[in-house]
Amino acid sequence: MKNFKINHRKESGLEVLDLHGELDAHTASQLEEALKNLISDSKSNIIVNFKELDYIASAGLGVFMAYIEDVRSIGGDIKLTNMNDKVYNVFDLLGFPTLYDIFENEQLAVEKFQNDNK
Amino acid sequence: MDKAVTYQKTVSASTQNLSDIRKFVSKHALNHGFSSEQIADIRLAVDEATTNIIKHAYKNDHNQELTIHLEFDDEKLSVTLTDQGIAFDLKKYKSPDIKKQIKKKKRGGMGIHLMKSLMDEVSYNVKNQKNVLRMSKNRN
Repeated sequence: MKNFKINHRKESGLEVLDLHGELDAHTASQLEEALKNLISDSKSNIIVNFKELDYIASAGLGVFMAYIEDVRSIGGDIKLTNMNDKVYNVFDLLGFPTLYDIFENEQLAVEKFQNDNK
Repeated sequence: MDKAVTYQKTVSASTQNLSDIRKFVSKHALNHGFSSEQIADIRLAVDEATTNIIKHAYKNDHNQELTIHLEFDDEKLSVTLTDQGIAFDLKKYKSPDIKKQIKKKKRGGMGIHLMKSLMDEVSYNVKNQKNVLRMSKNRN
């Protein structure tokens, strides 16, 4: 699975997952595990940074579909940032921009969380 | 180009092979003059089609095989994917309602929607116990 990697870090008290490489039906299970681990630790303010993600297929989007309700039901959210045009296009074709917060950069997502949680 | 040029690849039905299939398709589309945007569309459509075959037609049975055939001519690229798994009923297919699916924590159904959005033509036929998915992308 060398073509996909996830790095987990904290930023301003939020959980950030940095995605690297190619997210497809083979590698999506890694993202699923990472999100499940955060949710089971009741960590629900999550940013997923796509800066180093080169490619996404619908299996990757499916992971966000399966867990967003769990996260929102415990008062959190998954916000998506730094997508390249090709990756954003896939989210756009499936109508995700009206259902998920998608930001150009991580700072905007941090600010949105801070405003949401005031 | 007077004659059509073809390429073919057969792989086992494992999602491990998806990245190789994407490379195979992208490399030939690039060599045949498709733009970066067109290649991104073709690459995703083929990935989605292959994923559906592996997951649904073959239920992740790695002993099964599928074949990807590319044909380039002056006007377009035609991609044909052939498998011998469980056939799919394209007539019963409905585009996904993402909002509803999120509420139900349900995923899936997006691949065909993407193929239809990204490619100029998509057709599906069952012939001699083989499922044949054909998609084409016009050069212009």
